[in-house]
Amino acid sequence: MLPIHLLIYTEVVMTDEVNSGRRRLLTTVTTGVGLAGATALAVPLVASMKPSARALAAGAPVEVEIDDLAPGQMKVVEWRGKPVWILRRTDQMLEEMASVTGQLSDPDSQVVEQQPAYAQNAHRSIRPDVLVVLGVCTHLGCAPSKAFDKGGSSGLGDDWVGGFFCPCHGSKFDLSGRVYKNVPAPTNLVVPPHSYVSENRIVIGVDETEATA
Amino acid sequence: MSLINWIDDRFPLSKVWNEHMAQYYAPKNFNFWYYFGALSLVVLVLQIVTGIILTMHYKPDADLAFASVEYIMRDVPAGWFVRYLHGVGASMFFLVVYLHMFRAMLYGSHRKPRELIWLLGMVIYVALMAEAFFGYLLPWGNMSYWGAQVIISLFGAIPVIGEPLAEWIRGDFVVSDATLNRFFAFHVILLPLLLALLVYLHIVALHKVGSNNPDGVEIKKNKDKDGNPVDGVPFHPYYTVKDTFGIAVFMTVFLGIVFFVPEFGGWFLEKDNFAPADILQTPPDIVPLWYLTPYYSILRAVTFEWLPGGAKLWGVIAMGAAIVMFFFLPWLDRAKVRSIRYRGWMYKTALTIFAVTFVMLGYLGTKNPGHVDLFLFKNVIWAQIGLVLYFAFFLLMPIYTRLDPTKPEPDRVG
Repeated sequence: MLPIHLLIYTEVVMTDEVNSGRRRLLTTVTTGVGLAGATALAVPLVASMKPSARALAAGAPVEVEIDDLAPGQMKVVEWRGKPVWILRRTDQMLEEMASVTGQLSDPDSQVVEQQPAYAQNAHRSIRPDVLVVLGVCTHLGCAPSKAFDKGGSSGLGDDWVGGFFCPCHGSKFDLSGRVYKNVPAPTNLVVPPHSYVSENRIVIGVDETEATA
Repeated sequence: MSLINWIDDRFPLSKVWNEHMAQYYAPKNFNFWYYFGALSLVVLVLQIVTGIILTMHYKPDADLAFASVEYIMRDVPAGWFVRYLHGVGASMFFLVVYLHMFRAMLYGSHRKPRELIWLLGMVIYVALMAEAFFGYLLPWGNMSYWGAQVIISLFGAIPVIGEPLAEWIRGDFVVSDATLNRFFAFHVILLPLLLALLVYLHIVALHKVGSNNPDGVEIKKNKDKDGNPVDGVPFHPYYTVKDTFGIAVFMTVFLGIVFFVPEFGGWFLEKDNFAPADILQTPPDIVPLWYLTPYYSILRAVTFEWLPGGAKLWGVIAMGAAIVMFFFLPWLDRAKVRSIRYRGWMYKTALTIFAVTFVMLGYLGTKNPGHVDLFLFKNVIWAQIGLVLYFAFFLLMPIYTRLDPTKPEPDRVG
């Protein structure tokens, strides 16, 4: 049996009649096999750029002690390479927060992807005083900064009751990470899955239901 | 010359030299604006050469990258010089490319039959932006890090596939070592290969149709008895010598910057990039370098919540559209003449407003949107005005270029 290119050669050159049907079939099949091969090759090449097993493993849960957190204080921990804010709010903060709901874009946390069901409440948290949110602006991923000073001295207007301000594009969030209207960020800050292993010990990355189950 | 003959029998050496240099006829009336094509080629070569040297000392590893750049600056012989050449070179590349593009808009170099030259040039421009963006992450400074974070999140705004796509680009949940490593691969292999190919195609297309000129008159219409354009001169030696003069002046300015103001007051190298990348600390203002800020301004100017899908998505769309607009320029321009010399007041006014708008958007892109840095209004309001003017320049072009009272083109170049 001759190799394929010689078969075609024999077909074309050595016989007087060209079998055009056979030639078309051979061309189509060869092209088809080539394309299929190229596509099959592309799959693992594209897949190789996805997060590696090591990157996936690095997303493990993080445990945080909060008994050293006084009311009004905030601490930042890292989970999956992202800053997680843990803010213990004072009663006054919680009260004043209620007064700005009219200025918020989604005061009742109706965009369900932004928090687990157990944080879809007025204070967006499990314990009313302790807020756990990702410190990543929902606009373009900047890190918003604390803007806890109230009133004109904050630079955010006389009616500012404290919250977070993203310096990149000017998005504003209240002390529950709820986004204000008319800023570039489209949604509230994300509440990551978290749960309490004891009264003052939070584990970030494990849902409340998973932990109790 | 027997060696030349020996080669010519085996490779079209003399043929290529004559076709593209010694017997390639270019219009005799090239002016100042015609330096920038040759200059961008010079900068490309310089970037490749300095880039290769930097690669010998740089480590694409999140733990080592920042320190390896400092090592280049302090310990590698002339390392500071090579790195500053490369960093300033990036800005100079965009400077000459922007002036090269403006030249085309002045003299109608994108018009028929040069549409493909323009399109290839635009693809080069986009590839160059990608090249600069990938390169900016490599020093692993804090601005590198957060700049990359913001730009990659733009892909997250695309409905449905956005988040997985952003994760695929980063290779992680955040910008990390995996991202740095692959950006290095893109910066030193993928984009340079692509750029070399595109520049080659850009010149092949140019030499097929021949150069435009400040009068916008086709020199091929008037040929002498040998078939050469009467208003043309051979590229070599006429323009090789002219360009050499331009290169000398350009290098003087370039090296002046490299030696005396390599950071250019934060415009070529931002101060936040002298601190290593910090995942938990965003710089107070994240801004890309000046050559990308006009588009960044447009992105930030879209703050209209009532748009379906939200302001973020539309900001990204507006930014993308701002770049795409340039691609359509050859077909948006309907004037009877090419050159600004024979156009009427409408195009002259429009182009002036556009140039001012582009610079203004670029400036605003480096400032906080909520502040007042120009006058009267906040920066974001000026950016919104700029956005309207920017798109009006392109979208109204078919109307005003047709209504424009043009002067008749001469038969030959002046």
